[in-house]
Amino acid sequence: MSNKVIDVSNLTKMFGNFTAVDHITFDVEEGEIFGFLGANGAGKTTAMQMLCGISMPTAGEGTVAGYDIIKENELIKRNIGYMSQKFSLYEDLKVWENIRLFGGIYGLSDKVIAEKTDALLKQLNFQQERNTLVKYLPLGWKQKLAFSVAIFHEPEIVFLDEPTGGVDPAMRRQFWEMIYDAADRGITVFVTTHYMDEAEYCNRVSIMVDGHIDALDSPAALRKQFNADTMDEVFRQLARKAERD
Amino acid sequence: MKQFIAFVRKEFRHIIRDNRTLLIIIGMPIVEILLFGFAINMEVQNITVAFYDPKPDAFTIGIAERIKQNSYFNYQGNMQSMEKMEEAMRKGKLDLAVVFQQNFQEELVQSGKAAVQLLSNSSDPNRGSITATYATAIIAGYQQEQMDLIKIPFQIQTENRMIYNPQMKSSYMFVPGIMGLVLMIICTIMTSVSIVREKERGTMEVLLASPLKQGTMIFAKTVPYMVISFIDFIIILLLSYFVLGVPVNGSLILLFLVAIIYITLTLTYGLTVSTLVDKQVNAVIFSAITAMIPVLMLSGMIFPIDNMPGVLQTLSFIVPARWFIEAVRKVMIQGQGFFMIWKEVLIMIGMIFFLLLVTVANTKKRLE
Amino acid sequence: MIKVKDLYKSYGKSGKIKALNGVSFKVDDGEIFGVIGPDGAGKTSLFRILASLILPDSGSALMNGHDVVQDYRRIRQIIGYMPGRFSLYQDLSVEENLTFFATLFNTTIEENYHLIKDIYQQIEPFKDRRAGALSGGMKQKLALSCALIHKPEILILDEPTTGVDPVSRKEFWDMLARLKEQGLIILVSTAYMDEASRCDRIALIKDGEFIATDTPQGIINDYSDILWSVEGSRMSAMLKELRTHDMVMSSFAFGDKIHITVDAGFRRNELEQYLTNKDFRDVNIAPIEPTVEDCFMALTR
Repeated sequence: MSNKVIDVSNLTKMFGNFTAVDHITFDVEEGEIFGFLGANGAGKTTAMQMLCGISMPTAGEGTVAGYDIIKENELIKRNIGYMSQKFSLYEDLKVWENIRLFGGIYGLSDKVIAEKTDALLKQLNFQQERNTLVKYLPLGWKQKLAFSVAIFHEPEIVFLDEPTGGVDPAMRRQFWEMIYDAADRGITVFVTTHYMDEAEYCNRVSIMVDGHIDALDSPAALRKQFNADTMDEVFRQLARKAERD
Repeated sequence: MKQFIAFVRKEFRHIIRDNRTLLIIIGMPIVEILLFGFAINMEVQNITVAFYDPKPDAFTIGIAERIKQNSYFNYQGNMQSMEKMEEAMRKGKLDLAVVFQQNFQEELVQSGKAAVQLLSNSSDPNRGSITATYATAIIAGYQQEQMDLIKIPFQIQTENRMIYNPQMKSSYMFVPGIMGLVLMIICTIMTSVSIVREKERGTMEVLLASPLKQGTMIFAKTVPYMVISFIDFIIILLLSYFVLGVPVNGSLILLFLVAIIYITLTLTYGLTVSTLVDKQVNAVIFSAITAMIPVLMLSGMIFPIDNMPGVLQTLSFIVPARWFIEAVRKVMIQGQGFFMIWKEVLIMIGMIFFLLLVTVANTKKRLE
Repeated sequence: MIKVKDLYKSYGKSGKIKALNGVSFKVDDGEIFGVIGPDGAGKTSLFRILASLILPDSGSALMNGHDVVQDYRRIRQIIGYMPGRFSLYQDLSVEENLTFFATLFNTTIEENYHLIKDIYQQIEPFKDRRAGALSGGMKQKLALSCALIHKPEILILDEPTTGVDPVSRKEFWDMLARLKEQGLIILVSTAYMDEASRCDRIALIKDGEFIATDTPQGIINDYSDILWSVEGSRMSAMLKELRTHDMVMSSFAFGDKIHITVDAGFRRNELEQYLTNKDFRDVNIAPIEPTVEDCFMALTR
């Protein structure tokens, strides 16, 4: 029986009278690369905040990484990885200092941190940048490093919020190859993106419209279902029905 | 011109829609004025004292010598007339006037009682009351001494009169100070933050790429704060008059003039700060350190300038609020006219020009 | 017409960070010129120089005959500028923002309403809503309206579609196409390679230099390698496998397919057999036309 890393039903979030997330139900299995798509304002960010344990659902229930989303949200935070486009690393700290900082936050011992840092830098071919301040790294390198830091503590699941925005095509691909490797190691990857070709790299994809999930399946199946050539077209067909802004 | 009006309108909208800012600029003056009321007992030094003693005798000379010898007092001379005494006090040159009863010695010997009048300048009530206390103590000491020598009981009665502040209201002292502080906060901090916010939010970029002249924008940004700070000034004035009973002894128009000059000065300083920093946080910190703290500490608002060590006294020369507070005290509490405050006014106007020069020199027409 | 010659710009101590390393190009009236490249490649620096907001270290740029250094005042009257982040007033309403910018340029909404009608009508129902409360797509439409309200001769749009969902992105480009018909010069930058095809001409930028300047088709035509697409099961494993194959020069994932460039001696059936032997099923190899993205990756290899 495969392990469900995310298992939520009727998850809802309301801000006053406004229903940002409207009773969504879905699950994600261990080692899956799950794409979470939707237009801006459709409720993606709010939903992700609930899954990460940062925001309290108004209604609904579920578990993330085995912990209850309402009662055990602090434990969720400790057992996941998170990376967003807006912030990932401290610009005025060196590469190794960032790794140490986040390793410490997630409870790794100094010895383990030191060993894993060496291994990580070697794997990324990054040893010569060990003492470089993050702000001097090109964007693509920052993103790769941020991702590595996010999974440094080997969490069950890592949440990526538009991780490849503005990065050049070659770097984007390298990034996704890192995602594949992580998934192979058993880390579940939950990612949102506006690049529709990246949607294709996912095992399954969900599309949120006006607060609810209007489609959930593998990219191939969705393309067939909507009689479309690309995920771009699938998305457009669904978004056209949107009423929110 | 239309650009200017549109910009001013936009600025007012920003202010009104930001609840926190509104709370600060309307609520703060009211709160401060009502809460501010601690008494600071500080040692008072360098008390300028003069005597009115038309017919000196052994006793009056004895008392005068005691006071003169005391290190807290600074002997200014013997006044020829009461009018001259009052003039000196009005001009701020005299803290304490000691007036001996006529025929002091005779009275004392015949009836066993004689009076000394202590007139202390109480526009700074702290200073005034402490001055009187010191003098009284010295005279009591003299009395005790003499009684031991002569072995005849007698009593030197001291009569204290607080000039300019008969009811010893400390509010007289701090109302001008609060005005200075509040206006400085609103004008300097708010104005600089408002300009820097455009830089931080990115809207400055779009404004630069338009035909809008920098001068128009800067001027338009100061207008709402000028209006608001003037309203605040009136609020403070009304509250202190009606709630605290602080009189407005001088010309109201003169007071307004002084306020407008000071407001312009603090606004200009806000502009200067905005050319020096890039983040709102830094604008606040910079303003707080260079404006607020000096105003609190060095302007004479809480701690009398005369008590400060020489270095700080010199430093207080460049604190704009110092001149404002002095001018307001003179006009509002002492009821003086323009001739008494021309020095303060001139200094403030000079500061405005200096800051304007610095601002213009620093204003950039490009992003870098 | 925009004429740019040998622009150089660097930042930091002793010019450590080279933002622009000698950029030259021309844009004609009624053209949509796209500058395509990743973040940090120099797009924003270039656009800021052309908008007269920063000075180049050397080189020249003429915007409809006006020099960016000397005639900046005139340039600021004739351009419409949309910088990278949302740069309008969040706490003013849609209509208040638009009125403000119209007045800034000494005009009114009514005077040039026809210019922005298509765009503005979509957000007009929300004209009393605070700009900060709009969704990403609507913010872009508002920003575009504010940039157009004074009938500019040149539009400079710095990454207007970043962070915006695909549907809004497409709508935005539809609007640009309509604007072009009115004779505006449109200078636009983007990190999305697929938007390149919607420009008349594009320049691929990397590390402060234009590595190619042409029509999208022209750039594609210049692509010299032979490109194939490979599909099958277990795509990520297949990618690794292909990288070890002698005949395959490069292989990259492109959505649900892998694009490979091959040696002269490449035989499609051989590869098919090879992969099937390695337990990959449903293997399908087909020749394909390169996209702008393929060209970019080839040029930056």
